[in-house]
Amino acid sequence: MVPSDEPIVMSSSLAAGLSPVRHTLSNGATAIVQESSATPAVSINATFLAGSFCDPDGLPGVADLTARLVDRGTARKSAAAIAEELDKRGVALRVGTTRHRMIFSSTCLAEDFDDVLELIVEVARWAAFPEAELVKRRAESITVLRQNEDNPSVRAGEALSELLYGPVHPYGRPAKGTVATLERIDRDALVKFHADEIRPAVLTAVVVGDVDAAKTIDRVCELLADWNGGPERPIVVPPPAVPAVRRVRQIPMPGKSQTDIAYGFTAIRRLDPRYHAYWVLNNILGQFGLGGRLADNIRERQGMAYYAFSEFNANVGESPLVVRAGVDPKNVDRTIEAIDAEVRALGLQGPTDAEMDESRSYLIGSIPRLLETNESIAAFLQDCEQFDLGLDYDRRLAGLLNAVTIDEVRAAAAEILHPEHAAVAVAGPETRGGE
Amino acid sequence: MDSMHRRATTSIESRTVSDQLPNGLKVVVQEVHTVPLVSVWCWYRVGSADEGPGLTGASHWVEHMNFKGTVNIPREQMKGIVERFGGMWNGYTWIDQTTYVETAGRDALDQMLFLEAERMAYGLYEPAECESERTVIISELQGGENDPDQLLDTEVTATAFRAHPYGHPTIGWLEDLGAMTRDDLYDYYRRFYIPNNATLVVVGDVDATDVMKRAEKHFAAIPEGAMPQRIRAIEPEQLGERRVIIEREGTTGYVKAVFRAPAASEPDFFPMLVLDAVLTGAKGVNLWSSFRGVPPQRKARLYTALVERGLASTVSGAILPTVQPYLYTLSFTAIDGVSLADVERAALDEIERIQRTGVEPSEVERARHQLRARLVFDNDSVTNIAHQLGYFETVAGPRFLPSLQRRINEVTLEQIWDVARRRLTSAHRTVGWFRPTSRS
Repeated sequence: MVPSDEPIVMSSSLAAGLSPVRHTLSNGATAIVQESSATPAVSINATFLAGSFCDPDGLPGVADLTARLVDRGTARKSAAAIAEELDKRGVALRVGTTRHRMIFSSTCLAEDFDDVLELIVEVARWAAFPEAELVKRRAESITVLRQNEDNPSVRAGEALSELLYGPVHPYGRPAKGTVATLERIDRDALVKFHADEIRPAVLTAVVVGDVDAAKTIDRVCELLADWNGGPERPIVVPPPAVPAVRRVRQIPMPGKSQTDIAYGFTAIRRLDPRYHAYWVLNNILGQFGLGGRLADNIRERQGMAYYAFSEFNANVGESPLVVRAGVDPKNVDRTIEAIDAEVRALGLQGPTDAEMDESRSYLIGSIPRLLETNESIAAFLQDCEQFDLGLDYDRRLAGLLNAVTIDEVRAAAAEILHPEHAAVAVAGPETRGGE
Repeated sequence: MDSMHRRATTSIESRTVSDQLPNGLKVVVQEVHTVPLVSVWCWYRVGSADEGPGLTGASHWVEHMNFKGTVNIPREQMKGIVERFGGMWNGYTWIDQTTYVETAGRDALDQMLFLEAERMAYGLYEPAECESERTVIISELQGGENDPDQLLDTEVTATAFRAHPYGHPTIGWLEDLGAMTRDDLYDYYRRFYIPNNATLVVVGDVDATDVMKRAEKHFAAIPEGAMPQRIRAIEPEQLGERRVIIEREGTTGYVKAVFRAPAASEPDFFPMLVLDAVLTGAKGVNLWSSFRGVPPQRKARLYTALVERGLASTVSGAILPTVQPYLYTLSFTAIDGVSLADVERAALDEIERIQRTGVEPSEVERARHQLRARLVFDNDSVTNIAHQLGYFETVAGPRFLPSLQRRINEVTLEQIWDVARRRLTSAHRTVGWFRPTSRS
């Protein structure tokens, strides 16, 4: 065997944990930089706490449409000029929204970093929302909504959110709006949303990659220092509006081959002290291996589904624990019975010692994979900042997971896993969801 | 150790070390010490192109069965081997290849190699497990059918090929999935899962010499097999346009136009790659990375001709390195209310424009920069580096990846114009529409 060329050796200390540099400007904007020279590339993630939660009452979809238009022309640059600047550098700028965030993200070559950073700041600060662009992007958004109407997975997921939270709750209403609301959103609504919500006080700009941290912080400060805006406002998410009783919605979709099931409960907030116990619980229920206890039953033992899993993405407000499965229409009843059985059993008996050990080992061991790419590190640091977890959270996380006891997971399971409180949405060719 | 191996090479460009065990297993290692992870991929030169009539979907079903227990790993213990180390494991099958991946902490290397060696030689294929997996795979197929774009892709691909097995879907036809037996699967497994038909790729926080020793420990006892007979179908020349129209319940219209593409080994592949970047923006140059994220495409020809003119909400192009000539696929999602004929006409007009006048130097420069950036971005993790090494090794050979950037840089305006005129003709295309009908 011939010896290799020099291996790639990191110049930063990622193998020992993250070592980000953080700085907050007087206008409230925060910059976080993590050096990594693994590749000559840089990921930028600029997140404003301004997602669909901030949509005006009665007009869902404003945040999402704002995101679609925000990089399509500024006071100084046309949409075509911005397109040229991005494309000639091989860069795609993605602007998207979640319930609480508007995220500007891009990965570029290190040699292009200064220009791309400047362009992201340009569009975030000085978006012009040209009328002609509004017409085109609104048509795209309506097409996406029409595609979603034809997608059993999306239909089941949206129906579940509405069952859990009610149609006007910020977690229950449609995040991308409806065709009717999109047709009512005019340029003034977008300009107002941008002025009110896209402010430095709610901005965290994370940069990860082949950069010098100190110089990058200085550059971010230069670009943002003269940007003023209102202070950060507290985010108050109302409790779920719907009582926790069994609710079932069936959505007939003739012509489809497979039925999608979305089944869930409202759970806890991200900052709830029981968060890590719920994380372990979710792993046991529907994540470990191919999908925890749920996949063992529904896929492995009964061969009914290609996927059956649970997910728990805790957010600012009380967040959903969701079970998903895609099955042959004739197996819908059996699948819901199987979900009920697994949920009931874990709720009544809690996990086994062996399950606790393997899930804890898995979650602790998977921390380096959470930080495998520049983009995933940037997303991780955004969570650290939004929820004030500390910049050493990646190093503390193993200890936090290791400290979760079987009694804590048992208590979490006993609290939430009651089939009689579940919401169940079924979308597909034949909806035989049970009750 | 050196004497036990037939050959050893080092690629300075990619910092890889490769070696071959006496049984023919090729081992490729790259040390990357940026994170305490290691990614192990085991690649087999078997895919849906190897499936004859009645056996469509066998490669993919075999992949599923290799998660179902081996002689030395009881089924119930398969789960947990990698997870205990925080690892992920998965697999995929496509037209030329089947591959398995584990990425986990470096301490899991031995377990990952053990798992792959077991998969290569000692799969159980219990009849009850085969039956259970039959319905799981049919569920996977039906999930795909829920997506009209995927449904259209299946029909267009099948229409574009008359003789070559690239025409049938990798997941198989439903009728074959219903009829295949356990023995069909096991025979297929034994034919193709031999060390001399495989490549093991290890990338991460490892010592290359140590990896070679461990690979030998786990794999050396597996005997070399007779190289499997391949299907020798050659697709006849297409003499005229083909069309397929699907009318089903739905909300949105989709259009696809596919053309015969060159194999990765053909000189035309590289000008086609640059032409695709000019038309739809540059993607990653392998199956996995081609799906990652939206390409930079706002100045791309078809984006400006369709999306910016309000005819389509999405435009995409796909040309991938394959062993034999596959397809160059253009896909469009029609804006609500726009006719599919208008979408198709605008796309073909733009292609004809390029056939008449070629592309601009500035477009080619932009495309080259985009592709250069993508090749950098595709090295952003040990998992993706390992995938890239294994993909190209399996479908295009070891010299493809190190020369890829140079071959892209050498593409000329004339070559792009030439492939546009020769390959994107009406006689060589298959057009598909998904025309939605109202849901009663």
